Amino acid sequence: MNLGAFLIRRLWQMVPTMLGVVLLVFFLFNWVGGDPAYILAGKMANPADIANIRHQLGIDRPLWEQLLIFVRQIVTGDFGNSWATQEPVSAIFRSRLGPSLMLLIPMMLLETATAVAVALAVAAWRGSTLDRALMAASTVMMSISLLVYIIVGQYVFAYLLGWFPVKGWSDDFWRNLTTYAVLPVLLGLMVSIAPSVRLYRTFVLDEIGQDYVRTARAKGLSEVRVLLVHVLRNAAIPIVTNVLMGLPALLTGAFLLERFFAIPGIGREIILAVERSDFPIIKAATVYVAMATMLANLLGDLLYHWLDPRVHLE
Amino acid sequence: MPPNASPGLWTLAWRRLKRDRVGMISLAVVVAYLCMVFLAFGGWIAKDWTREVGVNYAPPVFLPDDQDPTAVALVKPVAQPDQVDLYGLQDPLARQLAQIRAHDPVGAQQPIVARRLTLPLGGDKWGHDVLTKVIKGSETSILVGLVAAILATALGTLMGALAGYFGRWVDDSFNWLYGVFTAIPYLLLIFAIAAVLQQKGVSTIILILGLTGWTGVFRLVRAEYLKHKSREYVLAAGAMGASHARRMFIHILPNTSHVILVQLSQNVVGFIKSEVILSFLGFGVPVDVVSWGSMLNEAQNELILGKWWQLAAAGTAMAILVTAFSLLTDALRDALDPKLKY
Repeated sequence: MNLGAFLIRRLWQMVPTMLGVVLLVFFLFNWVGGDPAYILAGKMANPADIANIRHQLGIDRPLWEQLLIFVRQIVTGDFGNSWATQEPVSAIFRSRLGPSLMLLIPMMLLETATAVAVALAVAAWRGSTLDRALMAASTVMMSISLLVYIIVGQYVFAYLLGWFPVKGWSDDFWRNLTTYAVLPVLLGLMVSIAPSVRLYRTFVLDEIGQDYVRTARAKGLSEVRVLLVHVLRNAAIPIVTNVLMGLPALLTGAFLLERFFAIPGIGREIILAVERSDFPIIKAATVYVAMATMLANLLGDLLYHWLDPRVHLE
Repeated sequence: MPPNASPGLWTLAWRRLKRDRVGMISLAVVVAYLCMVFLAFGGWIAKDWTREVGVNYAPPVFLPDDQDPTAVALVKPVAQPDQVDLYGLQDPLARQLAQIRAHDPVGAQQPIVARRLTLPLGGDKWGHDVLTKVIKGSETSILVGLVAAILATALGTLMGALAGYFGRWVDDSFNWLYGVFTAIPYLLLIFAIAAVLQQKGVSTIILILGLTGWTGVFRLVRAEYLKHKSREYVLAAGAMGASHARRMFIHILPNTSHVILVQLSQNVVGFIKSEVILSFLGFGVPVDVVSWGSMLNEAQNELILGKWWQLAAAGTAMAILVTAFSLLTDALRDALDPKLKY
């Protein structure tokens, strides 16, 4: 099957899921959540104000009309204004995306590179003291709450030692990348590296026992070449899938890091929105992040095919 | 048991688990925690964690200090507020405050209480004993994790059983639901529900976690049911006239119980972690309930003042339980693996 047809089919298959996400979010906010007019009108509301707000939000209309409004909002990307700041939701997301990506992308690249390197190393010396010590260490590391990492890391490296700014962000790209993003990225790395190393180690070990590895060694190839070229190429297949599947987990870490380090990203905006009951932002974020997650999965499938030509796109 | 009867799955699994030293140790740790939760829940221990027994930020007893560990400080519970510099302005509430004080001089006349200068694991901002606080916090966090995991596992099992057993449109619709719930990143979904529900409470978190966390169980149980529904023993049960419900829950369910148990144990760990994050952010337990997450939240500000003991206590208590539970999950998975025969 060629790529174009595959893409169209996969995108088409996403439609029902996406519809489900829209329905779920709609159901949550328009049915479970009760009347948002009371939140908006504040504590001293009179009935006229409430009726007015209900009319503006469109919640005095029948449910199906409200659903249509919601779908139109998603398609046009116009979710109106934030209830807390009156800033257009689309403007908020546009300005918050950059900082989030500046945290997420280095974290993902560094995490994958480090985890693969460590996994290859421990797999090469499997069963040794190094292997066992690292595996035991990663079990312990995994059990400590990521909150503890962030709290202690921020206190020790930024507050006590003063190596990094405690929190903050600037308008300058390089300054952000080299000053403000460094500690959050490193802490994010600390949190996510242990489970990845454990998993990638098993992937590498699965490959190391294969016949082609023995053949490569028998040909007299160096151990480095066997590991980096032969084993890694094959172990890369599950690793890539895992990196893309781990994206939501990475997002969780990034949410908290943004909040702790006062980075004006999407995660911090969402947490703020939950605190302020700022529904338009939460709705928009849920729908768009879900969409992005699905696209990331599709990208994973394509990469899978590119890495392993034996895999047929179907 | 007759001498030639072969041991069942659970007997075999227990035998294998008993040989696993790491598994047994973690089982002991988990059971100890559960006993603690039970005692705290019943009100036998850590009932009065809200009592202010120590001075503010009382250090732990083991810190090198020249003070006698049983030393106490005499503190007036509600001291008169210090004189505040009003910058020449008149206090608009001065008259009312004077009236209140004249009517109700309790604050001035309450007996002076003795507060301890040091506590076993230190004290927090108000002088609560961190040891009792961490026990009470463990109770909340573990109970939330356990109950939510039972709820999520039950839900996932039921849906997985229906989807796998009936197939066709039932399967399609449950799969669709699965796709929807997994498309939204987990934490984001929890945030959205927390934002909508508006009310904080232990039961709210349990509900949120339970209603969103069923997806992993669903996938595995569905696969098990797909596999089992055409096995001979199920077909035989059907031929004997067993109803669908009986085939699903009396015949097949016991054969998938090992999968469910491992998932349950995995969910407990995951939900405890989620509860801690939610409570930390203030979307979890209400203010009058203490959990590991709310303790970490307080500890964040205490750390800047150099008061590290609450952070250490809550962090360690959680790390030990999570390590033990994860290792136990691994041991259970190995012990219950039906491919192992010995």
